[in-house]
Amino acid sequence: MQVIRVENLSKLYFLGEGQPYSLRELISGFFQRSEPRSRTQDHWALHEVNFQVEEGETLGIIGHNGAGKSTLLKILSRITKPSSGSVEIRGRVGSLLEVGTGFHNELSGRENIYLNGAILGMKRAEIQKKFDEIVAFSEIEKFLDTPVKHYSTGMYMRLAFSVAAHLDPEVLIVDEVLAVGDVGFQKKCLRKMRDVGESGRTIIFVSHDMQAITRLCSRVIWLKDGELQRDGESKQILGEYLHEQSRTSAEKTWGILEQAPGDEIARLRGVRVYDENGQTASSVDIRRPVNIEVRYDILESGKVIIPNCHFYNEQGICIFISHDWNGGWRHRPRSKGSYTSTVRIPGNFLAAGTVIVTAAASTYEPFTVHFMERDVVAFNVNDSTENDSARGDYTGVLPGVVRPVLDWQTEINSN
Amino acid sequence: MEESQIVRIKPPGSLITLDFAEIWAYRELLYFLTWRDVKIRYKQTAIGVLWAVLQPVLTTAIFTVLFSTFARFNTENVPYSLFALSGLIIWLFVHSAISMASNSFVNHANLVTKVYFPRLIVPLAATFAGVFDFIFSFAILIIMMIYYGLAMTWQIALVPFFLFLAILQTAAFGTLFSALNVRFRDVKFALPFLLQVWMIASPIFYPANLLPGKWRLVFAMNPLTGILEGFRSALFGAPFDWPVIAVSSISALALALFALYVFKRMEDKFADMI
Repeated sequence: MQVIRVENLSKLYFLGEGQPYSLRELISGFFQRSEPRSRTQDHWALHEVNFQVEEGETLGIIGHNGAGKSTLLKILSRITKPSSGSVEIRGRVGSLLEVGTGFHNELSGRENIYLNGAILGMKRAEIQKKFDEIVAFSEIEKFLDTPVKHYSTGMYMRLAFSVAAHLDPEVLIVDEVLAVGDVGFQKKCLRKMRDVGESGRTIIFVSHDMQAITRLCSRVIWLKDGELQRDGESKQILGEYLHEQSRTSAEKTWGILEQAPGDEIARLRGVRVYDENGQTASSVDIRRPVNIEVRYDILESGKVIIPNCHFYNEQGICIFISHDWNGGWRHRPRSKGSYTSTVRIPGNFLAAGTVIVTAAASTYEPFTVHFMERDVVAFNVNDSTENDSARGDYTGVLPGVVRPVLDWQTEINSN
Repeated sequence: MEESQIVRIKPPGSLITLDFAEIWAYRELLYFLTWRDVKIRYKQTAIGVLWAVLQPVLTTAIFTVLFSTFARFNTENVPYSLFALSGLIIWLFVHSAISMASNSFVNHANLVTKVYFPRLIVPLAATFAGVFDFIFSFAILIIMMIYYGLAMTWQIALVPFFLFLAILQTAAFGTLFSALNVRFRDVKFALPFLLQVWMIASPIFYPANLLPGKWRLVFAMNPLTGILEGFRSALFGAPFDWPVIAVSSISALALALFALYVFKRMEDKFADMI
């Protein structure tokens, strides 16, 4: 039986919408009769997406950040409405876009179970029936009547997920909520979810964790730039996805000199991201170093040419820029030929997330840019759940553009 | 569990529908959110819910000292302190519930962007949490009435009607401002000022008989005028001013419909805007 039918689903966002703006702007805009927003500011978060889900299926959704996964989940969970198209869902929907939604720090664990349960759509009688089970699953029996503000992050997450894991809907929609939390408990949750899947429930699951997707989902949908790229058996689609990711992002080469970016002095021939084993890598562990290799041809002898790399994160923030300062060619005029420059970024330095690289080469006197290729390669820095990264035992969200491991010292002054 | 209920998700239409059945289905969430607001409001305060009593009592004391010295209002046979308290408990409910409701979406942004439920529940819960405080201050009023030996008449049976009107207009204003606040953060600055003007324009610490006769029905378009008049008449056994009460009731109802309309027009965009 078909449980979910998505037809021509589209969602259009206007750039700038989403930010609440003041009455003054609205009024002045009204009197100025400004031009309607230009079409370039429109952004299709989803465009003409079609798929069906059968009862009992576990469907994974993959795609890069900004591909439309979250928008799709939000529409399926009825949090936001589509711009066009429709969705039909048969049965009770439980959605889990975040664990612990509505949790209040001042309330006890017991109180939060009831509150969170109600927010997730459980009836009071239902929560009462499952209460003991929820408490046992979360392993926080002793602290049931303590306000959750005194909980450790791990306890908090365990309690929050336990409530969610006991939701018993016909259709369960889960976002990447397992990204945090200790590994042991993550496994327990995945097991619980699989049990749910095997009991005939339909699950839609979004994750960046390809292992979890492979373990849980039989079928995968791949979204790209708001459109449905592929839909099919999970191993097949995941293979294609990973292949594309590694092909387009970790390495780029220009085979024909005339087409390569650059001027008559220097041209870029290729950029590659590779790990400590020399393997081209589209993702690296946050604790391990990563290398960026820039290959270029010098077409005119006699110039001092300095290669440099610019690193941006997904928000477009420049993390840092690095110029070759000790590669041996700082004051040395180059002769014609092919060169390879490599910069090594140590482990435990970048923050988790996608890093986008711009490769350039310039001469300082007079200042000339020979080539500057934006967004030429990208790689993913994967967060670590072991305790030896800068995260320590903290499992929550860790903002920032870099995440170095620094030395700390704490001394006791008196007691 | 309802078997095989079908949910259809479509683009927002031009038609405004209010699904009362759905709000009813989510009544437990309304209960829990109200309960949460009540529960956390007085957390980490030394005297807790006593604040709900202390505020109207202290304000009444100030008004009584002030107005029995400088201006004497004709409050018929009702002691001024009792008169002021009866108005103040209604006003403090209106004031605090609207203030809380107007911020309810901004404060619960994570609920709106992460879970589906009928959005109307959020400002309603904030309003009902205010009702909880009102119960305590109302109890003080009754105790005061007994202390002053005021005779209660059959009219007291009409008190619930006026309280209902008070809750209705408060919920309406709260809902309206909660929605506007999502889009226009100007509400944060405009609302305290509006509330101040509204308080002065309503017969809270002065009797409605102070209002010029021919303008009475104009003043009654402020729903609070009829609510306060009716509430006091019912409590103190005074004659009802039915035309004023009728105008205020219609005004409160119109306000509620308007608030609902604005809310429904805006709610589909909440998750994208907040």
